[in-house]
Amino acid sequence: MSDENLSITLFLVFIGITLVITVWASRNTKDATDFYAGGRSFSGAQNGLAIGGDYMSAASFLGIAGLIALNGYDGFLYSIGFLVAWLVALLLVAELLRNSGRFTMADVLAFRMSPRPVRTAAGVSTIVVSIFYLLAQMVGAGALVSLLFGFSSDFAKGATIALVGVLMIVYVVFGGMKGTTWVQIVKAVLLMTGAILITLLVLGHFNFNLSSLLDDAAGQSGKGSAFLEPGLRYGTEAQGLEGKLDLISLGLALVLGTAGLPHILIRFYTVPTSRDARKSVLWGIGIIGVFYLLTLVLGFGAAALVGSKAIAKENPAGNTAAPQLAEKIGDIVFGSAGGTILLAVIAAVAFATILAVVSGLTLASSSSFSHDLYAHVFRRGKATERDEVRVARISAFVIGAVAIVLGIYAQRLNVAFLVALAFAVAASGNLPAILYSLFWRRFNTTGAVAAIYGGLGSAIFLVAFSPVVSGTPKALFTDVDFHWFPLENPGIVSIPFGFLCGFLGTLLSKEHNAEKYAEIEVRSLTGAGAEAATDH
Amino acid sequence: MSFEKNAAGTVYERFQSSAEFQDLRRKFRRFVFPMTAAFLAWYLLYVVMSGWARGFMGKELFGSINVALVFGLLQFVSTFLIAWLYARHAGRSLDPAADRIRAAVEASGSGDADAPETEVAR
Repeated sequence: MSDENLSITLFLVFIGITLVITVWASRNTKDATDFYAGGRSFSGAQNGLAIGGDYMSAASFLGIAGLIALNGYDGFLYSIGFLVAWLVALLLVAELLRNSGRFTMADVLAFRMSPRPVRTAAGVSTIVVSIFYLLAQMVGAGALVSLLFGFSSDFAKGATIALVGVLMIVYVVFGGMKGTTWVQIVKAVLLMTGAILITLLVLGHFNFNLSSLLDDAAGQSGKGSAFLEPGLRYGTEAQGLEGKLDLISLGLALVLGTAGLPHILIRFYTVPTSRDARKSVLWGIGIIGVFYLLTLVLGFGAAALVGSKAIAKENPAGNTAAPQLAEKIGDIVFGSAGGTILLAVIAAVAFATILAVVSGLTLASSSSFSHDLYAHVFRRGKATERDEVRVARISAFVIGAVAIVLGIYAQRLNVAFLVALAFAVAASGNLPAILYSLFWRRFNTTGAVAAIYGGLGSAIFLVAFSPVVSGTPKALFTDVDFHWFPLENPGIVSIPFGFLCGFLGTLLSKEHNAEKYAEIEVRSLTGAGAEAATDH
Repeated sequence: MSFEKNAAGTVYERFQSSAEFQDLRRKFRRFVFPMTAAFLAWYLLYVVMSGWARGFMGKELFGSINVALVFGLLQFVSTFLIAWLYARHAGRSLDPAADRIRAAVEASGSGDADAPETEVAR
């Protein structure tokens, strides 16, 4: 059996298992709490795995391993930002959000504000962030198929994007949060197993001597010891001050964005109590932390064993580094059949990874569309639960269909920057609104609306005029140049701007609801009146 | 307990101004605010040094393992450590008080988990 056939077989097995899960989940999805929050019945450990499955995207698995394999140390900067970010979620957001909200990020904001403007802003921001992220993943899926299976035609890429899109629609529409969570749990287990296996084989090859692995990586890269130091990719000396500011800007967006990503926030609602939300984040930190340590070995291992040149030849961004490493180490340890099998396994894991992440994003955006925009803004809170779930399912279908069309259309464009943009928007608009509403007594509707639109607007505006959209060979549009903002990442400007907008907006309005603030403060810290799990 | 003496305002306002809740709130904020400032500063120091202190970051400590790698690994260690410290602090100092106040709020008839939907989120 060739490696392509084997990985397709493995992938079909994964699809089969996840479809069985979806059928089971759809039978157990009866009301809105089931659809949006999986009945709040997951344990801390289960949700922790699902957090890992939701968060460790193909961008972090294939992307970071590739970045390290090609640029050495700088890829590690990403891993660290992605991990430290979870402390913001653990200390400031997860438990308080679980205690005071129901289904979406907007629930917490709408608690003591005028609900319609705040829900509109939060709903728009949720959908924008999720769709940016979703689009980058969909285009990534198309690129992956050509890399892993050698199908390079636009038709094959388009067909892959459509397949991924149809599966995610099925998971979300029928399985809701229960189905999506189990898909993410299965994926997290597969991804961790695959990464641990390859890492052990690579470390074993170097007699568990990290220093000699690094030596070989540096030697093979042709860049010597610079390969093991920061500065080959981000903030290179050639880019001067702007490059270094860009590095800080990226670092800020990574560390502050996670706790404002809607698809992450809704995961905290899937457990029975805030203590379980805490436990899930602790599990999540453990899993994600270990995974990024493995990625370090995968990246340097690929540089040492496959070689940067062979990786760059296959894919200039290095996205095939992990699969290439799997094949190589399989060859070395078990002979060529071993290489074929390991490559197939890792390719199938990569697809499972994409599917789990896109499902989480589709669920987050359709939940917000239905619960925030439809039920509370359009129907002014008069929609029945049954209506809400029906609209959530329809919007998951529509959002999925739009993502398929946009993904196919965008497959020739370089849209990798959309993930960084999603983090920047989450850090600039969502995070200030959430933190102010949980911690600042004086905060009000004007402040919340100003923070969200200010952060969202400034991040998108700056990126539109940045080098990632025009004026450079790697930009979205290569044949025009209308950029004037020098940085690729807007965070260093847009994050303070979002917080400032929230602050000034609040001062501009006299509105203040002391009664509701007392309620959210007591509820968020004690869990009094928090939404309970459903049992059926 | 001091719940009854501030009889003004809603149930939640009375509980909010109670000494026990104020104490819980102080214990929570006194842990999470300084800790957040500390890990963000520690992380930013790492990012800034990756940009501006490359000579130092490139110093080899043992074999090919340099300061940059150790500094990066220390970010993992500090993240795990802070997560563990928070879990311990919450379990010992926050959860018992939170449970007592929650029980008292729910006994007073407000904040019941089965409260009508409009109470819960609008």
